[in-house]
Amino acid sequence: MLIFECPYCGVLADETDLAAGGEAHLKRFGPGSSDDEFEAYLFNRENPKGVHFERWRHINGCGKWFNAARCTVTMEVFGTYPAQTLEPPTEITNNISIKRPGWKWKEFS
Amino acid sequence: MSRRFSNKGRLIQADKPIKFHFNGVQFTGYQGDTLASALLANGKLLLGRSFKYHRPRGVVSSGPEEPNFLVNLGKDHFFEPNQRGTMTNIFEGLTATSQNHFPALEFDFGEINSWLARFLPAGFYYKMFIHPRPFWKYIYEPLIRMSAGLGQAPKEKDGSTYEHFHAFYDVVVVGGGIAGLQTALVAGRSGIKVLLIEQLASWGGRAQIDEDEIDDAPVNSWVNKVLEELASMPNVSLRTRMTGVGVYDHGYFLGYEQLNDHKANKDGPRHRLWKIRSKLIVCCTGAIERPVSFAGNDIPGVLLASAVRDYAINFGVSIGQKTVVITNNDDAYKTAIFLKESGLEVPVILDAREHGGGEAAARARAIGIRVENGKVISRVIGRKRVLGVNVCLSSGEGETTERIGCDAVAMSGGWSPVVHLWSHCGGKLEWNDESSMFCPDKSRPPTNENGEGFMETAGAASGNTQLNEIVKEATELGLSIGRKFGGKQIRSNVPKVKPHLENPVEPFWLTPRKAKRKLRNKTFLDFQNDVKISDVELAAREGFESVEHLKRYTTLGMATDQGKLSNINGLAVLANALDSPISKVGTTTFRPPYTPVSMGSIAGSARDSVFQPVRMSPIHGWHVEHDAVFEPVGFWRRPYCFAKKGETTEQAVNREILQTRSSVGMLDASTLGKLIVSGPDAGKFLDLVYTNMMSNLTIGTCRYGLMCSENGFLIDDGVVARIDENTFLCHTTTGGAERIHSHMEEWLQTEWWDLQVFVQNITEQYAQIAVVGPNSRKLLNKLGGTDISKEALGFMEWTDALLGGFQTRIFRISFSGELSFEISVEASVGLDFWNALLDAGSDYGVMPYGTEALHVMRAEKGFIMIGDETDGTIIPQDLNLNWAISKKKNDFIGKRAHERIFMRNPDRWKLVGLETLDGSVLPDGSYAAGAGHNLNGQKHTIGRVTSTYFSPTLNRGIAMGLVQNGPDRVGEVIKFEKISGEIVEATIVDPVFYDKSGSKQNV
Repeated sequence: MLIFECPYCGVLADETDLAAGGEAHLKRFGPGSSDDEFEAYLFNRENPKGVHFERWRHINGCGKWFNAARCTVTMEVFGTYPAQTLEPPTEITNNISIKRPGWKWKEFS
Repeated sequence: MSRRFSNKGRLIQADKPIKFHFNGVQFTGYQGDTLASALLANGKLLLGRSFKYHRPRGVVSSGPEEPNFLVNLGKDHFFEPNQRGTMTNIFEGLTATSQNHFPALEFDFGEINSWLARFLPAGFYYKMFIHPRPFWKYIYEPLIRMSAGLGQAPKEKDGSTYEHFHAFYDVVVVGGGIAGLQTALVAGRSGIKVLLIEQLASWGGRAQIDEDEIDDAPVNSWVNKVLEELASMPNVSLRTRMTGVGVYDHGYFLGYEQLNDHKANKDGPRHRLWKIRSKLIVCCTGAIERPVSFAGNDIPGVLLASAVRDYAINFGVSIGQKTVVITNNDDAYKTAIFLKESGLEVPVILDAREHGGGEAAARARAIGIRVENGKVISRVIGRKRVLGVNVCLSSGEGETTERIGCDAVAMSGGWSPVVHLWSHCGGKLEWNDESSMFCPDKSRPPTNENGEGFMETAGAASGNTQLNEIVKEATELGLSIGRKFGGKQIRSNVPKVKPHLENPVEPFWLTPRKAKRKLRNKTFLDFQNDVKISDVELAAREGFESVEHLKRYTTLGMATDQGKLSNINGLAVLANALDSPISKVGTTTFRPPYTPVSMGSIAGSARDSVFQPVRMSPIHGWHVEHDAVFEPVGFWRRPYCFAKKGETTEQAVNREILQTRSSVGMLDASTLGKLIVSGPDAGKFLDLVYTNMMSNLTIGTCRYGLMCSENGFLIDDGVVARIDENTFLCHTTTGGAERIHSHMEEWLQTEWWDLQVFVQNITEQYAQIAVVGPNSRKLLNKLGGTDISKEALGFMEWTDALLGGFQTRIFRISFSGELSFEISVEASVGLDFWNALLDAGSDYGVMPYGTEALHVMRAEKGFIMIGDETDGTIIPQDLNLNWAISKKKNDFIGKRAHERIFMRNPDRWKLVGLETLDGSVLPDGSYAAGAGHNLNGQKHTIGRVTSTYFSPTLNRGIAMGLVQNGPDRVGEVIKFEKISGEIVEATIVDPVFYDKSGSKQNV
């Protein structure tokens, strides 16, 4: 029963109030993309042991989508932030760097 | 024979006798007895049969770890199987039956398995039942199913009630022994919020049985004093009969409280599931004694030494007159000493250790007990009860040096800390060579959202065996908890306890150490699953070297006890067989729940009418009054049809269709999803969401639209109406409103957040009624108020208008192929409007129709239904809906997916109509077989039925289906197979069966 703070309404919500939405920061490949690009976008997902970025929706709360950075091993949450961004805020990546020096997740580090 | 030798048991009230039934026979026990102690007091030692070999089994423990003594408890609505007799307190009128025997406990046919044991080794099922293949289905499986399972499944609905609690504390202390009491006391004095729970009915744990004094007073007076102080603290909550069953991510804790299992009066909730959030969970869960592995260690009368002591001290019950004690540690001496001092015989203490015990051994000798060091039991003599033991050297192969007559054996193989809760959420363990146990590695606890540990342990659960160390650890922990969670500064002293001088435990995973095969074959590790030393060794030889594989291959540690007694012994034997250290072999994963919880407690109060919300249209009450036959559609209940007296549902459906097609009918369509999509970019957004173009829809018109997932699969359909420049009203399927609303929100919030669009679900704000049939316009004209002629309101147009005084929105859309108006009004006047329509239509014989008539009429017109023609793998092109897919748009959700090779495959199954040659109705979901077979020897399939109905309009069966290259094969006859194997031939036809030109709806 993970707990995240919704970055919109500030509520500490556990999974009863949330819906998991899979990997965050997917880059959409639409018409015009190659088969490989589209396949990777649709089906290939990160499965890290450690730092991970996920989408969650505060579905039984304010209804907003947000992203969360957490450690899949220790369940530590490094931060949550609104989903309307192409990259995690530096405040959060800095926080991760302090706690998990040398971390890397997709193009972020 | 077991008996009650004293009426002064610590937990019983000898002045309160209680009558109960076991296997149909009435027995008497005392208030405070468990089912196990009461039956033992009555001389009942044989209490069950084992699972695989049906060997006679008696009780082996006195607590939650009991593997053998499981009973079917209660009857009828209060029946529950697999209840542990050691944890069930008796009450007046209790009934229980033993399990796993046929025909009787004393005489059992299945015991033949015991004689066949050498042919039933580990993995036997996997090896034996694979060939010949047909045998599995017809012989093996039915036989195995007959003999499998522990208790009986309840047949009646559960008559008890259950509830959930949600609770919040600073600290939850699990276990009300000395460690738990002291931790809670010291932490509680700081003022922080503490919950202390104990699985048993009484506090104090084992110390009251095993120890002499704390703070110069008897243990129980110390316990009572502490309880008094705890009870006086408003910040501390105490609960007995409550087990900590699970620890989950971020410190979520599950407690299981049994409220009236011990009472004759079953009023009120039976179980309560506590869902707890706390900052810290302290595991004071104690330790469980391990059995010793010698041949015949499963014979009734062989018990854990601690259990023998418990029954004697707590209940005044002796297992036998003459009890042989076998041990590898000092603790079991306490059993021997108590028995001897109670006037019972202890012929010998066999201490496997060459150097024997410490202080306790000297005491035993001093009171005249014979103690033999370096000796063990080679085998127990007896079958349904213990008759004696053969003694041998602990280091040898099992040559008998002496036979000693006895009727009970008390065994102790050392203690295992209860680390289950610690491990549930990733707390790590370390093997301690000195004490031969897995202890919590306190440097690696399970962690919370801040990456900090959220669990601590104290007492025997930490691996401490000495009470003076335990009280010290608990006091220090209590103080640090108080400091950490902001409590008052307090002082608490460590209670005074005299240390004992003990000799260290010495592991003997097999006794004697070099026991021969014949002995190993009768040496049980897991009593519940009948796993023997030889089974584990066989598994290791066959390559099941991982402890997780071993578990699954041999079933070691499975079922209701989850190997509480067997796990450590089993993995030690595996480590031995692999010649690898125990620390490297490791343990299997501990998973919640610690002990079984009732299904009812998981459901809580979510049963019957409160299991799921039921959604009702504003006209629902009218439907109920008019004999609607309801069907669930999502959370909604919709009328399937309105059956008149003496009418079958089929007759009702046919009547409703014929009336609608010939005159006029009405449908309550309020459940249809209605989403308002508004904003300057609404058109642009809908162009991305629908496969059609929506931005060019003119105000006042409607368009049928399709929605796909990014995978390209069709997920919903419905009519979109443009309300004004910036506003669209999107209709969804009845079950789809919330799903599609979420779908839109997801894309708006996570991909196209630059678009200025707002989506609002207004499904429940409006009642919507479809008035359908050739007389529908006449009916509405009788209400009057608006010109709804073909010229004023054309097909696929809408208007806001007054109808018979009601403010309405009229859509000229049709899902039946008839002239049809769908009219929405505010939900609050939905019923009034419905009644007004009924009045106005009386001249035309207007009647309501239900969802089945709706389905049949849409199928007659070849209209698809989401969920019938689609199943999450269907693209619009499969349904010949290319006309609804825009070619002008650069992008929409699913467009790129439609370009994938598999989606463009010309061999995809496509929508066609199907007409049986004999006019019958095809079975729903039936498949058409083509030529040839696949790799599994099954016939190739070339199509399937997606919708199939009897059409009263055409007076024959009609169906829609997906068929390989279907549209190119119109006129061809293909064969569908019924479940019975019977073949039904059907001609492939156009899916529009009725009014192909559309002349009826466009008038």
